[in-house]
Amino acid sequence: MTAAATTTGSPADGALAVAAIVLSLLVAGWALVAALRHRPPDRLQLIGLAVLELLLLGLVLVTAVALAGGERPGEPGSFFGYLVTLVCLPPLAAVLARMEPTRWGSAIVCAVCLVTPVVVVRLQQTWEVLGG
Amino acid sequence: MAEPRSVRPRTNAGPGRLLIAVYLLFAIAASSRAALQIATRFDEAPLAYLLSALAAVVYIVAAVGLARAGHAGRRVALACCTLELVGVLGVGAFSLARPDLFPDETVWSGFGSGYGYIPLVLPVLGLAWLRHTRRQMAGAPS
Repeated sequence: MTAAATTTGSPADGALAVAAIVLSLLVAGWALVAALRHRPPDRLQLIGLAVLELLLLGLVLVTAVALAGGERPGEPGSFFGYLVTLVCLPPLAAVLARMEPTRWGSAIVCAVCLVTPVVVVRLQQTWEVLGG
Repeated sequence: MAEPRSVRPRTNAGPGRLLIAVYLLFAIAASSRAALQIATRFDEAPLAYLLSALAAVVYIVAAVGLARAGHAGRRVALACCTLELVGVLGVGAFSLARPDLFPDETVWSGFGSGYGYIPLVLPVLGLAWLRHTRRQMAGAPS
């Protein structure tokens, strides 16, 4: 965390972001297997979503530290839009998965966990436009 | 395997819930994009930004229609999916034929290429799902 705050690059570029992307893809893969096996969302998927949410909240924290340190995103509007959307995704997946205790609940978890890495990457891009 | 709710197939359960989830994601993506574009640089590409806003409204209404699942909801969803398909095909074709009209991207530009072509696939899936559940509904007493 301290490393991310001291570098001049995007705070959304650090190990936390990489971890979030990797974990999200792992959960997506696991949920896809569950969906193909006609299994409802299991405990592992929900735990994965919870850990993912913690990583994303960590990302928000790192960003807040960078903002407090005077750094600014290249496209503030888009950046904060993506940031807010990002932290809402895992809870959305969890709520919908609980509402749908069938294979389609697992499919929802898979879909949301495929979208999350895209939003993380967009977050990184919208920070870098001006600052570089 | 007799599920109690299979007596009355609905648009908001099973695969339908996945569809609603994806519609929700696109509603968020399109509406935040449109809001930002219209708020910050409307003059640059008014047509593109208004189309983004239209797409956002269509996604939201379609999600609500599918989630409501009654006869009215079904009709609303049908109208939205049709409008969406026409929109993505029309805007997609126009954005390739007359790029000068679209100096900035919309959700539907290039047949939704900026969004993995999901905007093109989504209305087709929506229509197929409505058709599928209607056939089940016709068999059951309503």
